[in-house]
Amino acid sequence: MNIIAKPSKENIKTYVPIGLFLVSLSFLDVFVNAFFNFNLLGFLPSRLNYFLPLILGFIGFYLIRIEFSGVRYLDILNKNINSNNFNALLTLFTIFIIIKSVPPMLDWFILEANFVGNSKDDCKGDGACWVFIKVWFNRFMYGLYPDAEQWRINTAFLILFAIVGASFFVSEKLKKYFVLFLVFVFPFLGIKLISGGSFGLEYVESAAWGGLSLTFIISAFAILFCFPIGVILALGRRSSLPAIKYISIGFIELWRGVPLITVLFMSAVMFPMFLPDGTFIDKLIRVLIAITLFEAAYMAEVVRGGLQALPKGQYEAAKSLGMGYWRMNALIILPQALKLVIPGIANTLLALVKDTPLIFVVGLMELAGMIGLAKTNPKWLGMAMEGYVFAGLVFWVICYAMSRYSQNLEKKLSTER
Amino acid sequence: MNLKKLNIENKKIRDLIPQALTVLALLSVIIYFATNAQINMGNRGISFGFGFLNQEASFDITFSMIEYDGSHSYGRAFLVGLLNTILVSVIGIFFATIIGVIVGIARLSDNYLISKVAEWYVEIFRNIPLILQIFFWYFAALRALPLPENGISFNDISFLTIKGWYVPKFIWTNFNIFLLSVIAAFVAIYFLNSYATKQREQFGKQIPTTIISFVILILIPLITFLFLGVSLSFEYPVLKQLSPTVFTYAGGVSIIPELIALALALSMYTATFIAENVRAGILGVGKGQKEAAASIGLNKNQILKLVVMPQALRIIIPPTTNQYLNLTKNSSLAAAIAYPDIVLVFAGTALMQTGRAIEIISITMLTYLTLSISISIFMNWYNKKMAIKEK
Repeated sequence: MNIIAKPSKENIKTYVPIGLFLVSLSFLDVFVNAFFNFNLLGFLPSRLNYFLPLILGFIGFYLIRIEFSGVRYLDILNKNINSNNFNALLTLFTIFIIIKSVPPMLDWFILEANFVGNSKDDCKGDGACWVFIKVWFNRFMYGLYPDAEQWRINTAFLILFAIVGASFFVSEKLKKYFVLFLVFVFPFLGIKLISGGSFGLEYVESAAWGGLSLTFIISAFAILFCFPIGVILALGRRSSLPAIKYISIGFIELWRGVPLITVLFMSAVMFPMFLPDGTFIDKLIRVLIAITLFEAAYMAEVVRGGLQALPKGQYEAAKSLGMGYWRMNALIILPQALKLVIPGIANTLLALVKDTPLIFVVGLMELAGMIGLAKTNPKWLGMAMEGYVFAGLVFWVICYAMSRYSQNLEKKLSTER
Repeated sequence: MNLKKLNIENKKIRDLIPQALTVLALLSVIIYFATNAQINMGNRGISFGFGFLNQEASFDITFSMIEYDGSHSYGRAFLVGLLNTILVSVIGIFFATIIGVIVGIARLSDNYLISKVAEWYVEIFRNIPLILQIFFWYFAALRALPLPENGISFNDISFLTIKGWYVPKFIWTNFNIFLLSVIAAFVAIYFLNSYATKQREQFGKQIPTTIISFVILILIPLITFLFLGVSLSFEYPVLKQLSPTVFTYAGGVSIIPELIALALALSMYTATFIAENVRAGILGVGKGQKEAAASIGLNKNQILKLVVMPQALRIIIPPTTNQYLNLTKNSSLAAAIAYPDIVLVFAGTALMQTGRAIEIISITMLTYLTLSISISIFMNWYNKKMAIKEK
């Protein structure tokens, strides 16, 4: 007979309390150790002491692993984190690592971080120097755009958000006009407002644009243009006309085969060679064209996936109704195909947003570029960590929100088949 | 009759016009660009050609796998850059695969904590731009490492410092024999496997191929060490004082921080995508397959090896190859932290010096294009081979 009976429903009354006690003891030990630097079980030999939480936790988890105990919470616990010895060990390791890494993170981010002040000298201690972000915040958002004119960028984005927000509340018919306005009128109005040069607005050259607002401007324009170009390329690739088909294939594969950075290099140093001497195209526009064409090729492949997934019957049905090529595609094929590939489209747009920092190649500075500039400022040396953590957080929030939104959209638009 | 003929011709003409227009438009754009390029180059007194590849490059490269200094040609500099690109890509692919597979499997774990941690790993690293991750590792994390004199030492044979990671150098004698023996071992394993397959299919005999292959792989190279005069010794890095305050390590191999940062960022970023592929692949194998395999008496390992993995790999491999390709293309971000890859060395420094924008950008793009197209041709072939042939 076993000296220690296997944990089961009979001995639940004795095993579960002991097990829970051991598990909590092990967590408590690690917790106290990490947060207060005090060793609860320090009276034991050091080598044993080191592994003791693990051993205690492991035994504890073994004791409370009772199948079909009838206690609801215990069953949920066992099923999710304690289904066998290996899982129990993994659970312990994960929890220990999380507990151990919380205090240093907390210290760096908040407890020992500096929030007040105006210069690097105000930052003391080992924590983060958020003063850096505070002082440079304006630059991180607007780049080198003149302070007095920043209301123009704000207004442009406010109008954008207002229209987008309002479109959720108005009737379907009005919504259509809102969308048309957003796509065909607003971009040009907005860019005029930001660049100025007429209507009594001071001209601000694109080299001064920067920061997060530039990220948004470039992303918005590239998304706007790359989508229709991508759809046309996808249709071209599936066309029955050989010349159009092969030109589309060649175009798509050319862009997809090279890294974006070389495309940007091309737009910066090679493209001017192809223009008549003395012609000058604004740097920002060149970059926009490069990013748009590059992402359009990826978009085309995504849309093609949707087109291929549609059953042939859809084409035949549309044709039998007497629809021509464009009417068929616009009314029957594309609405269905695009719905199928929403995740792919979202991923391409996400990739586009994540690619915008690469414009540093041509000397334009969005958020990451501005941080690069700020951290090399002699008064603010050594602030790389704060800067990149901040930029990472900003980009993460944007990209995470986008991916969440696309998942919701996918659910909302999915029609049961 | 006449009407029908006209109709057919009508269709032909209808097809021809858009094609002709497209080709014409494309041609005129190309001709327009070409004439402009010619005029521009004429104005600057340069002529189109690749002769400059033989000229002396006269710039140094911080990290090279082959012998290179300023007296070598631009062609050689291109090769150095290409090799560096390949090096960081291979390292990145290796680690991205390992992390990706582990995270992908962890996401399917029935342990709630593990699957959540894996999920958050994917959500965090996938949604931060790669370039920011590279900057973070290079400018923030690796800059926090100690100076050479206080380097983090691993058993005194390897040192991690702010100037890079110093590791022992392998010094081989008769390396060729060793290499041949490894190849021989792989050939032997190949024959063993085909023999084992034959035995299994004809007589139903199970041969423990994994263990035998392992033994072969150890044994044959070991023989070369014992009898054929192959030997391996190590040159350890040693701390050396250059001036009262400046220290460095002599000997060994120095892995520059640019390479470490780039490889770290590339593999951690790409791993998130590979993890999603692995997860999708394993989920894509129907439950019925596992149940059917269990009901004909296969054990857990056999189910995994013979039923689940072959089907899961069919789903996993194509998108994963795509990710490998993406990783290789993303390695061009090296230019941002001055790792001497093909973009920095060739499209950067060499272009700056020669001013031959068209030739150099074309060569760089063609190199990547060749790489991409050859991999996609391979992928199409592989997909066709692996596709389920339905009867």
